Amino acid sequence: MATMTSAITTSRAPARWQDYVQLLKPRVMSLVVFTALTGLVCAGQPIHPLLGAVAVLCIAVGAGASGALNMWYDADIDARMRRTRGRPVPAGRVQGADALGLGVTLSLLSVMFMGVALNWLAAGLLAFTIFFYAVVYTMWLKRWTAQNIVIGGLAGALPPVIGWAAATGSVPLNAWLLCAIIFMWTPPHFWALSLYTSEDYEKAGVPMMPVVAGAASTRRQIFIYSLLFTPLCLVPAATGLGGAVYLGVAGLGGLIFLVLAWKVRRSRAGDSADPRNDGRLYDVKAGAKDARNLFAFSILYLTLLFATLLAEKLLGLPGLPVLIAGGGA
Amino acid sequence: MSERDDDLEATEHPQDGAPIGPDPEEFRARRGRNIAIAIGLVVFAVLVFLVTVVRLGANVLDRPF
Repeated sequence: MATMTSAITTSRAPARWQDYVQLLKPRVMSLVVFTALTGLVCAGQPIHPLLGAVAVLCIAVGAGASGALNMWYDADIDARMRRTRGRPVPAGRVQGADALGLGVTLSLLSVMFMGVALNWLAAGLLAFTIFFYAVVYTMWLKRWTAQNIVIGGLAGALPPVIGWAAATGSVPLNAWLLCAIIFMWTPPHFWALSLYTSEDYEKAGVPMMPVVAGAASTRRQIFIYSLLFTPLCLVPAATGLGGAVYLGVAGLGGLIFLVLAWKVRRSRAGDSADPRNDGRLYDVKAGAKDARNLFAFSILYLTLLFATLLAEKLLGLPGLPVLIAGGGA
Repeated sequence: MSERDDDLEATEHPQDGAPIGPDPEEFRARRGRNIAIAIGLVVFAVLVFLVTVVRLGANVLDRPF
């Protein structure tokens, strides 16, 4: 932030309301809504539909607020990266101070409303999540360590816990299990992406793993995290959270995930840049197709896991025999 | 007429005769932002009302007078 320079353009175009919506990172928000809803439903506690909707809305607005704070602080980085230079602040359509004001206002509103409408445990967790993303990740970890997305991933992993807390006022083992799944999913997911976008991060001075440790080390770490992540996805079937369908989806998808991670491990993804590639973010550099495949499948796999849990709960499908007691649902 | 009045005259009636103010694009953007804020405020107020009704329910009368 201190080094915010002329890279940020000054636009004469007036700010439209859509620019302020863009500050809230609606795509990220939709993922947060989905995982929070899963936590809320899997908690198994009857909740008034309006209060459930308000809980999800508060979590979504809180996520949007932290997105706005992130765009305010990271405007200098965003201006140097192809993927992010069109965002409202670096493009000059919205003033940084306006993004800050929006972020702070929505943070306060979402936390206070969650506390008043649902309970203060959920509100406290929401406040912690916003703080963790906006301060711990954005202001500290992102520019300091290659472990930024590993530790910072906690912010993205907490929404199902908040949803669970909103429904029940407590956070048992199963709520943390959902959190752990997203937390362990984050490194292979983001590092697969960064293997073919590392030039952008290097240009912006962000210490992403391929920039700091090199592509070979990143590919090895992706595989190690995948070895830890895929068995973890089976645990909900042992705690009574997931049923037979979930076990099948988690098992089969986990195997595919491992195969794709192994292919990345064996590939040369991230080793060399192809200067001809100046297209969109998801264009594939020569040799990076394996990383792209893992990145794409990781999104599908996580979506399927949570969608299956949600469907099993909504359809009332029976769970499997509980092998690990104390799950809480 | 004072010097300040002259300045105001010049500002309100520039040489080409067009009044100073937001151009049509700025006006449309401002109007869009205002409508979005209005909708947001109305939705928030309605939500607070409905949540209050749901949370209190029949207990609204369960208090000492």
